[in-house]
Amino acid sequence: MSRIKEAFKNGKAFIPFITCGDPDLETTIKIVRAAQENGADLIELGIPFSDPTAEGPVIQAANLRALTGGVTTDKIFDMVRELRKDVTVPMVFMTYANVVFSYGADKFLSTCREIGMDGLILPDVPFEEKAEFDAVCRKYDQDLVSLIAPTSENRIAMIAKEARGFIYIVSSLGVTGVRSEITTDIGAMARLVKENSSVPCAVGFGISRPEQAKKMAGLSDGAIVGSAIIKIIEKYGRDAAPYVGEYIKSMKDAMRSDAASEEAVCTAE
Amino acid sequence: MAEKNGRFGIHGGQYIPETLMNAVIELEAAYHHYKDDAEFNAELTELLNEYAGRPSRLYYAKKMTEDLGGAKIYLKREDLNHTGAHKINNVLGQALLAKKMGKTRLIAETGAGQHGVATATAAALMGLECVVFMGEEDTKRQALNVYRMRLLGAEVIPVTSGTGTLKDAVSEAMREWTNRISDTHYCLGSVMGPHPFPTIVRDFQAVISKEIREQILEKEGCLPDAVIACVGGGSNAIGTFYNFINDKEVRLIGCEAAGRGVDGWETAATIATGRPGIFHGMKSYFCQDKYGQIAPVYSISAGLDYPGIGPEHAWLHDIGRAEYVPVTDDEAVNAFEYLSRTEGIIPAIESAHAVAHAMKIAPQMEKDKVIVITISGRGDKDCAAIARYRGEEISE
Repeated sequence: MSRIKEAFKNGKAFIPFITCGDPDLETTIKIVRAAQENGADLIELGIPFSDPTAEGPVIQAANLRALTGGVTTDKIFDMVRELRKDVTVPMVFMTYANVVFSYGADKFLSTCREIGMDGLILPDVPFEEKAEFDAVCRKYDQDLVSLIAPTSENRIAMIAKEARGFIYIVSSLGVTGVRSEITTDIGAMARLVKENSSVPCAVGFGISRPEQAKKMAGLSDGAIVGSAIIKIIEKYGRDAAPYVGEYIKSMKDAMRSDAASEEAVCTAE
Repeated sequence: MAEKNGRFGIHGGQYIPETLMNAVIELEAAYHHYKDDAEFNAELTELLNEYAGRPSRLYYAKKMTEDLGGAKIYLKREDLNHTGAHKINNVLGQALLAKKMGKTRLIAETGAGQHGVATATAAALMGLECVVFMGEEDTKRQALNVYRMRLLGAEVIPVTSGTGTLKDAVSEAMREWTNRISDTHYCLGSVMGPHPFPTIVRDFQAVISKEIREQILEKEGCLPDAVIACVGGGSNAIGTFYNFINDKEVRLIGCEAAGRGVDGWETAATIATGRPGIFHGMKSYFCQDKYGQIAPVYSISAGLDYPGIGPEHAWLHDIGRAEYVPVTDDEAVNAFEYLSRTEGIIPAIESAHAVAHAMKIAPQMEKDKVIVITISGRGDKDCAAIARYRGEEISE
């Protein structure tokens, strides 16, 4: 079991997503530090992929900026080594199956353990295909995070029963990106998860505003935000770190404000 | 066959977002229900014969045979199908299946535009809504096909992400499918993507080799020594190979687009230059860099300009049952012109890759040997691009 559990110990977890190397790795380092200082409980580090099929235009563009800047998996590993000198929050990689498969799953995941990562999210690896990656993740104490979507329905129990680390509840149909409204019955999905697993769950896709984060975290154990952060990085470039920090603080504050009153919902069995 | 749980050896699988899992499970269940259903098959056969014009001719290319001076050459004339390519075989099957499943909307990717045109055609015929994703680069290379799709009532969405070619059109169609599933069927155009697509598309294209087998036995009294087809994703090739896989004496030859040559980056020859990977829902061979980033491939042919190959081909390559050979732009253009002049048949630039390889091997073979080349589509759509390649500007 990795350190991911710790991320959910202090109330609702705020989980930012950052594409490594957008616009360069020096900026990513600053942003990760700012995220920790401003209350991020778990950080998703995206390893860019040339063809990110689960991403909307905002994160697609970030992947392209990072790859154009020359970032590679090895350079990202070196960046994490640097970060782990002072960053203590749990961190997971978010990337696509081919990035891991092509590197060699064993080599990739043994390096993850060596540099102090805690888990891996692969949006193009569903339950049916997870065995080949999950076995290697377990070997190196990394949690392969399971995703549950609004279309999962009869599959939720099956997925939740084998879940490790945390469960990523995909809030909406479609790809990543900011949404004005989330219409899925997240509460019902989270309840099904809780009936079948003791692993915490967090909601992602479409969350950008503090009140959305508060609501989604209220229905689960945390909120994941990607595109809204990437938009800040897109706007401020190399100067983005303090702005991202400020944004994370506002989101975390909103989630904290009455986390206690929502406690009953998230622990409901 | 080696197929088991959507696997062809190590290849295939279902590497897709969880959001789509129930959709492919539903599709697989529907396909298993209908594939042996007498009524479904009667309807499909009626469409293939009366609407698409099957069976397609197996034509003895006498002048080409005599000119090359070796093996007897037959052409499987998929170019004579309605809409001008083999793509219609698969599309009629999938559109009928989608309709039985209660879907009212088809989405599709297209490279050269032939699959997009076929999908728009089937949608018009069956009263389905249709949206086609096409790389922006390809909408320019194949402007005529864009017009045809719109004429048929389809919405064509130019894709600007990535390299603006076929792979990006596939990515965008997949993204759209995750966005709208309940009324939408993704009418995938090749033997690729997540299971069950490689199997479904293969089965609908297998009519090509079923007919070749019957026709060649009638004309020659024996099986061919080699069957040759071009390979991008590989649907006309698997259709050409499928009913010969167990006949070990029949050589199965797939011709990949080498672009400007397999020694440089401007190529789309996946077996020649790629390695195993996971992309677009499947494990197979892909052109990629050492970190697994998918390569921006190149070919003069928009239909073969794809960095991967279907998983069944990857498996046929692994076990040594089929041969995959690279054919350059230059060789394909020469073959395009050669077949036009020699037989009065203008092949699609995709199919010209297969013709080019036949031109290499036929002279080396004895005169009693028989080669079948699948002419997967007609070349009208390519005339302006080939003229440009030869330094001549013509307006379409």
